[in-house]
This record gives sequence, structure tokens and C-alpha cells, in this order.
Amino acid sequence: MTTDKTIVSHTISVLVANEPGILARVVGLFSGRGYNIESLTVAETDAKQNQSRITIVTKGTPSIIEQIKAQLDRLVPVYKVRDLTVEGPHIERELALVKVKGVGEKRVEALRLADVFRAKVIDAKTDSFVFEVTGTSDKVQTFVGLMEALGLVDVGRTGIVAMTRGGEAL
Amino acid sequence: MKPEESATTGADLLVKALIDEEVEVVFGYPGGAVLPIYDSLFKQNRLRHILVRHEQAAVHAAEGYARSTGKVGVVLVTSGPGATNAVTGLTDALMDSIPIVCLTGQVATHLIGNDAFQEADTTGITRPCTKHNYLVKAVADLSGVVHEAFYVARSGRPGPVVIDLPKDVLMNKHDYVAPPKNPVEHKSYRPQTKPDPKRIEQAIEMIAHAKRPVFYAGGGVINSGPKASKLLAQFVHMTGYPITNTLMGLGSFPASDKQFLGMLGMHGTYEANLVMHGCDVMINIGARFDDRITGNLTKFSPDSKKIHVDIDPSSINKNVRVDLPVVGDATLVLEAMIKAWKAKDPKVDHKALKAWWAQIDSWRGRNCLAYTPDKATIKPQYALERLYHHIKDRDHYITTEVGQHQMWAAQFLKFEQPNRWMTSGGLGTMGYGFPAAVGVQIAHPDALVIDVAGEASILMNIQELSTVAQYRLPVKIFILNNQYMGMVRQWQELLHGGRYAESYMESLPDFVKLAEAFGARGLRCHEPDKLDDTIKEMIALKHPVIVDVVVDQKENCFPMIPSGAAHNEMLLGPDDKAGKMSDEGMALV
Repeated sequence: MTTDKTIVSHTISVLVANEPGILARVVGLFSGRGYNIESLTVAETDAKQNQSRITIVTKGTPSIIEQIKAQLDRLVPVYKVRDLTVEGPHIERELALVKVKGVGEKRVEALRLADVFRAKVIDAKTDSFVFEVTGTSDKVQTFVGLMEALGLVDVGRTGIVAMTRGGEAL
Repeated sequence: MKPEESATTGADLLVKALIDEEVEVVFGYPGGAVLPIYDSLFKQNRLRHILVRHEQAAVHAAEGYARSTGKVGVVLVTSGPGATNAVTGLTDALMDSIPIVCLTGQVATHLIGNDAFQEADTTGITRPCTKHNYLVKAVADLSGVVHEAFYVARSGRPGPVVIDLPKDVLMNKHDYVAPPKNPVEHKSYRPQTKPDPKRIEQAIEMIAHAKRPVFYAGGGVINSGPKASKLLAQFVHMTGYPITNTLMGLGSFPASDKQFLGMLGMHGTYEANLVMHGCDVMINIGARFDDRITGNLTKFSPDSKKIHVDIDPSSINKNVRVDLPVVGDATLVLEAMIKAWKAKDPKVDHKALKAWWAQIDSWRGRNCLAYTPDKATIKPQYALERLYHHIKDRDHYITTEVGQHQMWAAQFLKFEQPNRWMTSGGLGTMGYGFPAAVGVQIAHPDALVIDVAGEASILMNIQELSTVAQYRLPVKIFILNNQYMGMVRQWQELLHGGRYAESYMESLPDFVKLAEAFGARGLRCHEPDKLDDTIKEMIALKHPVIVDVVVDQKENCFPMIPSGAAHNEMLLGPDDKAGKMSDEGMALV
């Protein structure tokens, strides 16, 4: 619609009523209207109010991003839709579990790099480690990339959670 | 909210909740999962149940009821196939923003997910085709969910809401909870109805300075209630500006008014489309820049500043970038605009406006709806002109099916009031008009209700003849019978080299005998000079009537903006040839 066809990535926080089917509504909206989901995290964040927070990283032209937010806001169980990318400074974090198998120098190097990336060892056998690494997606990706040469066998990533800087609530 | 009465079954609670929501009629079809509800209906006489012959028809009937009354239409169907059959109707109601509450039966909670008999994932299936849906898992939630569902269906941008009701929930007992006394404060759903006063000021400024303005009003005005149409006429008269309506908006402004340009869009009038193309300020009230309206988006109204009034923020900037969005309910926005206009008392540019109207009159002079009359065969346009001549002084309601006849009806029947025109706009559902007419007739038992139909569409829900027979509904079915799926044929002629693949209606029934088989009356007319008598007879009969009007097989619906073309690239008649269409245009529906 607009002349601006640049594809941009946005991180959107959605506060929703934690009720059955809510995730299906959000995901169905994305698939039904042909929007992209780069990353999606969801969990209950306020048991008393029965609220969950969904963090979505999505890509599209600026007008598609506008549509995505308007469409999300239209869902009946949605309290709030906030575009963190537009709202300014915010923090994004991701957690990954990374399993590496190997012995000898490779094993030592993996451990050394884990230390550099401040990854924790949360499981160890004589021939394997499971690391827990947190940080920006870039950092996690870099760490996973480095492990590939050192016996990477398995990765699990949470997807991004994000929050605005400063004292304001969502 | 406190329990008010001693415990009752879920089914009884449901019926009580419906009565408290001022429901008078339910359109439905029974089945195993909803037997407890039918039992409750049997034991009372406040709610009337209309038995349709197919669940799709139940939803369309409820839509006809809703659109002709402004109330919420209510549907009751069973689990599994009952629910899946309702899906087309629900999608239709979603696309046209019609308030519907559809109650679907479901297998007992302990069976859900087990592929039980007549089980379907109804909330899953209907999630994308409803405004919202609910699966009631405990009887304690039932009355609250019903009240909330009615609120969601009718408030904001209206739409269909499904409540899925497992059979055990209908049989378990609980206390009734009455609707909240104050309007519902929903925890998360808060539609914005009041416009931002600053936007109103800006809008008035833009409207006042226009040199070539146009109002473009749609179904949102009608959905907002009859008051919105009155205010629209008032405001349009105050400004002296021209106005066009979308298919959904017909009736929101009196068609006989000299400021009215007719319908716009793919089969809209020459003057309406050229005004849209050449305007400098466009005031869109309750329309959504649908692709049938805009044609080629890159060439759509290139030189105008656009104001867009819509209750749904997601409609803003969806297809067309606008200069001034005003989110709010059409009634409240128009009230605010009229107030601001009066306060400001702006001087419109009379000189520019005079030149604009002179231009418009020259476009009107093309007489774009003209057709070549014929002595031997009935032209479909002629049939509708004569129909309108005979009904215009009577209280009447029109529904349509989908296709050429629908567009001709929109062009040749004139609507002076809202809520008198029921047609499937967004989804384009063949088979809509007849069941919708059933719903309209139930709501207005003494009115003249006519379904303008094609011979192909009418066969899609023809089983409802049994419903009109049962309830003695004097619905008139006015078939323009050209023995083709006319619009498909027209596109095949214009765009596919005249290869009429599967669009010829082979083996049509004898509609006169068909009517008689259901205890209705059947009339047939071949000759133009007998048409008036046939129409008069149809109107005089107090029965359901099928009129089989045998019309010219080859007539095409003009004007037409071919897919991918702009408003100023309209075909006006059979002598205008569609140019070589781009691949992009061919790919459009």
C-alpha cells in the first residue's frame, strides 16, 4: 500500500487474558493473514489477574507492522499491544540450552568459550556438556555457531523476551 | 453478580439468558447435542424457534433478521455437521459485520478430543470466521458467557460470536446470573466509539476547504443504527457535497436525493467512480476501501486527501493510506462533525463546488446505466426497473443472491432508507438471499420481502421453500433466469475468450412446478409486455411466490471496472472492449 517497502523487524509485547485458545488466536491471526513470526514466547506473568505476556518478533513493511498491531488489538482477550521497537530503548534477552559432545582439546575449548560467553554448565558427563547461555539473540547465535566446530549435538532456544527500559510498566 | 434463583439446568439457564438479552426469535436445527436446549425451548413460549432446513440457512436468516431490525440474530445448531454447516454463514456475517450469536452443541466435556460421534473442533474451526468464540466448560460460566457474547456481537464493529455448549454443561445445574445492570465493562475488550475531538476539528477544516469533495459512505453507517443515516443526510445537505454509497451502504442516504451519485466500485456508476477518481477531498464514513471499490490501488483517487471514519482501527491504512483517520462510531462522529460545522460555520468554496457539480452533471449525462431495450426478450435491467416501479410506494425489503442480478439490483432498485437492503457483500455468498429473506419476513411479517435471485444462486438454498411453507411466509423470489451463472459467463466472455466452462445451467428445474411442490405459487414470464402483470400478481398473492423471469442470456452487467484497472478505465457497455489484461489483473478475482 505505501511506497515504503523496506522490511523491518519489530518486537511486540502483547498482554492477554490467560484463557484456552488465546495462543491459537494469535498464531492463527499471523498465519491467516500471511504475517511472519520470527520468534514467539508466551507464559503466564500475572496469576492473580490471570494474564499472560506474549512477545513476538515479526518482520514486514511498516504498513504491515501497523496492521499486525491493529489486528492483535482487535482480539477480544487482548489487553494491550505495545511495539517495543517503536517505543524506544528496550532490552531483549534469549536463553538457550546447548549440548556439546567431545573429548580432549575440543572439550577444553568449548569450556573456555563458555566462560567467555558467561554460559553456565548445567549438565556434565565425561564426554559432554550442556551449557545455559543467555543474552541477546546475536550473542546466543554466535555462541551456538562457535560450538558447531566443537561437537554441537543439540540446541534449544526460548525465543526472545523483551521489556522497555526505565520504571514504566507495559 | 449474585445467584438469583434456585439451581436450574444449563439449558434452562441459556434460555433465560436469551430472554434477558431480549431475544425473540432463534433460527435453528436440532440434533443430539442440543436436545436439552430444545427441551427447554419446548417448555416455554417467550422464545420463538424457526426451523430451517439447513444450518447455513439458519445463519443467513439470522443475518437477514439482524440487518433488517438492528438486533442481534440468534442461531442454534447441533455439534459436528450442524456447526460446520454454519461456517459459511458465520464467515459471511464476519465479512459484513453483522451481529450474530450462534449457539453450537458440543459433545460432553469428557468426550472432547476423543473423535466422538458428531464431534468437531468447533471453536478451532470458527476461530478465524468469528469476532470471538467461547467453549463453555462449566455450567457456572454459562450465563455470564451468554451476556458477554451478546455484548461482543453488538458492540464496536459488530460480528458473529459462537458459543460452543457441551451437552453435560447443558444438563448440569447452577444458579442463574442476570446480565450486568450497567453496560458491560469488559476486562480487555474496549471498542473506541467516541472520536477524538481534535480529529473532528481537522476533518471539518479539510472538508470546508475542499474544491472537489465527495462523501463515500458504507455499511458502517447502517450498522451504527438509523440515526447515523439521518445524521449523514443532514451533514451531506449542510455541505452540499456529492455522495456515493458502497454496496453495503445503500440506503444510508436516500437514492432519490439529487446529491446522490449512485453506487461506486466495480459495477458502480460512471459519475460515482469518476468523482472518486477526480476528487480532492474524500470523506469515507464506515467503508473499508474494499478491492471491489478501489480497483487498481496504485491508481486509486490519486489527487485526494482522504478522511477515514471507522470504528475498527485495523481498517485504517489497511488498503489505502489515509491522511486523517477518525476512529469512532459513525453516529457519534457525524454528531460531532455536524456540531463542529455549525460552530465554525465555514464558507465553502461555492465557485469551485459549482464547477464540480457541472462536471458531475456532464458525467451523469453519459447515462451509464442505459441498456438496449428489446421487444421480444426481457432485459434483466428492464425486469428490475419494472419491479421497482411496482414496489416503490410499498413498505418493502430486498435481499439478493450473488452475481449479475445482485449488481443490477444494486443499480436499478433505489433505497431511500437503511435496513431495507440485505445482500452478501464481503463474502459474496451465493444462496444468501433466500434464507436472509426468511429472516427479514419473520421480523416484518406484513412487509413485502423480495429475494432478487439468479437461477443458479437460488438452487444453493432452495430447500428453504420448506421453511417458508411451514411458517406461511409470503416471501417473493424474483428470479432473473438467464440459464447461466451470469457473472461467471460475463467474465468468461470478457476475459477468457468466450470459453464458457461449466457456467451453463444444465437441467434446471421447472421453477413453477418446484414452487407448487412446496405449496408456494409459481409464475413465469417470457415476454416484456406481460411482465407488469406478472409482477402485480406476485405482489397481490399472499403466498410465497417464485417468479421465473426468463431474461436475455447474453446481457452483461455494465459499467464494469475490469480487475486491475482504475476508476477512469471503466467499460460502459458491450462496445467497450476490455483491453489486453495484465497478468496481474488476470490473477485478481
